[in-house]
Amino acid sequence: MSGKRFIECPVIVFAVALVLAGCTGPQSSLDPAGREAERIAGLFWWMAGGAVVVWALVVWLAWSAMHGRVSRHTERQARLYVIGGGVLFPTLVLAGLLAYGLGMMPALLEPAPPGSLKISVSGEQWWWRVRYHTADGGEVELANEIRLPVGEPASFELESPDVIHSFWIPSLAGKMDMIPGRRTRLVLHPTRTGTFRGQCAEFCGDSHALMAFPVVVMEKDAFAAWLTAQRAPAATPQADAGPEARRVNRGRDAFLEHGCSACHTVRGTLARGAIGPDLTHVGGRLTLGAGILPNDHPSFVRWIAETDRVKPGVLMPHYRMLPSGEHDALAAYLESLQ
Amino acid sequence: MTKRISTEDAPHEKRENLWLLIVSPTIWAVHFLFSYITAAVWCAKVGSPGGSLQPVRWAIAIYTVIALIGITFNGLSGLRRHNFGTESLPHDFDTPGDRHRFLGFATVLLAGLSAVATLFAAAVVFYFFDCR
Ligand code: HEC
Ligand SMILES: [Cu+2]
Repeated sequence: MSGKRFIECPVIVFAVALVLAGCTGPQSSLDPAGREAERIAGLFWWMAGGAVVVWALVVWLAWSAMHGRVSRHTERQARLYVIGGGVLFPTLVLAGLLAYGLGMMPALLEPAPPGSLKISVSGEQWWWRVRYHTADGGEVELANEIRLPVGEPASFELESPDVIHSFWIPSLAGKMDMIPGRRTRLVLHPTRTGTFRGQCAEFCGDSHALMAFPVVVMEKDAFAAWLTAQRAPAATPQADAGPEARRVNRGRDAFLEHGCSACHTVRGTLARGAIGPDLTHVGGRLTLGAGILPNDHPSFVRWIAETDRVKPGVLMPHYRMLPSGEHDALAAYLESLQ
Repeated sequence: MTKRISTEDAPHEKRENLWLLIVSPTIWAVHFLFSYITAAVWCAKVGSPGGSLQPVRWAIAIYTVIALIGITFNGLSGLRRHNFGTESLPHDFDTPGDRHRFLGFATVLLAGLSAVATLFAAAVVFYFFDCR
């Protein structure tokens, strides 16, 4: 018996550790990196703690009801148990939890102070159109990646042109629906730097699960530098005639020739399409295809040649029919758009 | 099983009324719907996103008073049936009298539950002051 216990113990410890390890990571509400997420995690722990206490009480009551001596209870005591434990206690516990939960909401809905960073995000099947509003009244359109300065409030305006999506960065805050014809708001206060993951949280069609985005919380200066770089038009191709530059230039021509420019914008070039994500700095993003592929050469090739296999139902046509040299050149060009 | 001979004059089962049982839960549901719809319509049509919710809070307060009055009457009618005759709990005999008392008692319990639920739903007036 004791030998068996000895074996079981590390197994249990390992199992618990394995389960708890799931609580951290770039997409966990239980590993908060923002003020709102901290509140929500607090709510979770209070609720979980309350549930454990209530559960233990109920189990103890059941146990003592089965093993206690019936004759020891007077009728009055029994009635007290039923009314106290069955009516009063649950009502009070629920009232307490309700007051605590509701009391949290006004703070979560507080608007950001005037002058805060403002970002519009539009959820579109199955990617994210992101617009940063700059202090001088300008606007920078980006896609599929959000960067925020640490310690600063960021105010999001959320919308959708097609179906309902939901904008959720579990590490930073709760989720907010993006509803066609309406504009919803969400305020975030990131508290530590790091790379996190956002995910569409409202079923929106075939590739709903493949609609994610990386979120980078950076130091203030690094963020400002990043935004300035994103604002600039695409790097002009080098004039030198090395093989790499030739490949990039061929890719740039192919981008216009094959009609990619009808849907995509590359600021500073003739590509001004507005249907798909802005690709001005696509090579500098952390991921491709709304958080589903790494940002590297093979992934670009795969995205262009097998779009529909990578993302079922995708609204971009695949370019499987192009000769592979073209895939390669297009990929080289897009990678060069840092 | 002992069969009691009922000398009481309880209503015949054809005349027993099940509807009274669900009056309170229905009031709760209607209170919830009215509160929700009032807030939704107000914020969509009248108030801006940051606009005041004051009239809606008053409306919910009034709905709540009306609902609680309705639930109280329903509960009292249940209590009357629960106290019918001289028998006390549990009302578990297969007799018209116990059926009458049982339905009354169940009405009282549901009225209590509905009153608490209505108050829980109304609690939002203490937390929300605008349409955000
Ligand atoms: C009919 C419009 C359309 C055309 C034409 C089109 N695309 Fe796209 N493209 C899209 C849409 C829509 C998306 C977003 C798909 C998604 O993630 O659901 C997209 C996504 C992309 C992405 C991923 C962007 C990111 O942020 O990760 C790349 C790269 C891309 N397209 C390259 C191309 C290239 C290269 C061509 C031409 C060979 C092309 N596209 C032609 C509509 C188009
Ligand atoms: Cu979705």
